[in-house]
Amino acid sequence: MKRYSAFAVAREAARYHLGWERAWAAPEPKAQYDVVIVGAGGHGLATAYYLGKNFGITNVAVIEKGWLGGGNTGRNTTIIRSNYLQDASAAIYEKSRGLYETLSQDLNYNVMFSPRGVMMLAQTQHEIRGYQRTAQANALQGVTTEWIAPARVKELLPIINLDGPRYPVLGALWQARGGTARHDAVAWGYARACSAMGMDILQKCEVTGIRQQGGQVTGVETTRGEIGCTRLGIVVAGHSGVLAEMAGFRLPVESVALQALVSEPIKPCMDVVVMANTVHGYMSQSDKGEMVIGGGADGFNNYTQRGSFHHIEETVRALVETFPMISRLKMLRQWGGIVDMTGDRSPILSKTPLAGCFINCGWGTGGFKAIPGSGWGFAELMAKGHSPLTEAFTLDRFREGRFIDESVAAGVAH
Amino acid sequence: MLTLHCPCCGIQADETELAPGGQAHLTRHGPGSSDEDFHDYLFTRANPRGVHFERWRHAAGCGKWFHAARDTQTLEVFGTYAAQTLAPPQHIRDAITERRPDWTWHASGRATE
Ligand SMILES: Cc1cc2nc3c(=O)[nH]c(=O)nc-3n(C[C@H](O)[C@H](O)[C@H](O)COP(=O)(O)OP(=O)(O)OC[C@H]3O[C@@H](n4cnc5c(N)ncnc54)[C@H](O)[C@@H]3O)c2cc1C
Ligand SMILES: [Zn+2]
Repeated sequence: MKRYSAFAVAREAARYHLGWERAWAAPEPKAQYDVVIVGAGGHGLATAYYLGKNFGITNVAVIEKGWLGGGNTGRNTTIIRSNYLQDASAAIYEKSRGLYETLSQDLNYNVMFSPRGVMMLAQTQHEIRGYQRTAQANALQGVTTEWIAPARVKELLPIINLDGPRYPVLGALWQARGGTARHDAVAWGYARACSAMGMDILQKCEVTGIRQQGGQVTGVETTRGEIGCTRLGIVVAGHSGVLAEMAGFRLPVESVALQALVSEPIKPCMDVVVMANTVHGYMSQSDKGEMVIGGGADGFNNYTQRGSFHHIEETVRALVETFPMISRLKMLRQWGGIVDMTGDRSPILSKTPLAGCFINCGWGTGGFKAIPGSGWGFAELMAKGHSPLTEAFTLDRFREGRFIDESVAAGVAH
Repeated sequence: MLTLHCPCCGIQADETELAPGGQAHLTRHGPGSSDEDFHDYLFTRANPRGVHFERWRHAAGCGKWFHAARDTQTLEVFGTYAAQTLAPPQHIRDAITERRPDWTWHASGRATE
């Protein structure tokens, strides 16, 4: 693999850009791998990458039914933050945020990580108390966040209307080192690095069955033939229930649609990420100038990647009160992704009842930020059988009543 | 937009009038049940890509609960029926079989195709 650098750009500019290599190979499936990962989203690819980088396991295939990064990884609003309430969450999300800071250098691929700051608006008395509590919890966890007053909110975000009649802004939880990254680039960067280590990324290859013998996984059936493996990682977000069924176990997960939309591009007007959880809306401005807006999830099971229009209406209606200047913006595109929701709104990174089969799912509306940390921990779990980052997130925590309750803390999507 | 026929008041209701209530036909395991059954009742949910049975409430209408049979992959609605049933009635099963010939009903509340 040729490295990307300023010199490479100059060299290629001088020869009409004819020398760029393909970023990753398109191999034929082999009959057997040490590890098969199902799902080439960010979490699956990051898992493969850290299996190779941290544990030297490179006889790995990542199997994807569509194209890599075409699932939720390529459909999200790219907010990165680590201001969660529970210690187990803070550990994995903060690890992830830290890895994002140097990910471009690590992968030799520009993921455009932009630590522009994430502001979670408090618009009710309940939220004021909730966020002040989170700020205290974060201080104990070593995660830098602060509670800021409305005047500071206005200073950081001049386009905001603080005294909307229905949703006044009463303060905010501010994480200056949160931000955004380019979602596609995260998937592409990991894919390129995995391919360079000799791993096979098999696209347009759907897993249709899971083979087992004596309670031990032996491989997968796919639309491109049978593929054997000794360890299997299921990392398929909204399709986790479908894959679990193939492996013979059930999950405390339901799949629902979550939507986002972007406006026409406008001149730079906000350089922070804003989340307004009471009204289920969040917004940031992309480098192209589009306002990127996300809303609330639908309440019923759905696999269509299409959500309900009235959720978009609710989100936009509320955001227009807080940001009056967006009222005349035209929206360019709207789309949905199928997110995997658990009861406590925390992910599952765990062994499963089938020996050799591991699952990483339940990131729901908020797993983009977690891609590097999740891949790091899940690779360790798959390589060594345990990982300090993932040990709280097991499948049996529901049975044992060890919930990692972030539904109250986050209150909303992502 | 999803619309469902409310079998209680007879209205074809818009999604905005309805509140989703999750998987239908769960057995309410309680005191005396095994840990396994209680765990499944509390946490494990059917999450099929295909035929699914749900509880809905006509929240901004007559206020009553009812059941719906839907396909989560196509958003097709096979029919709605009374809440006071432990399993989908025959006419709903027939309507599903007509559209999904390979489909069979599982008493655990799961449907497979
Ligand atoms: C609209 C929206 C906004 C969001 N906003 C944010 C945000 O601002 N911040 C944040 O942190 N998170 C956000 N999220 C959540 C985030 O996108 C996800 O948690 C994360 O991308 C999940 O990554 P993944 O790799 O687990 O799943 P995915 O990227 O969905 O990858 C799973 C892959 O598995 C493949 N697959 C499925 N079944 C099979 C099969 N049978 N065989 C082979 N392959 C299969 C799929 O094709 C898919 O490519 C948002 C999500 C959505 C939908
Ligand atoms: Zn009614």
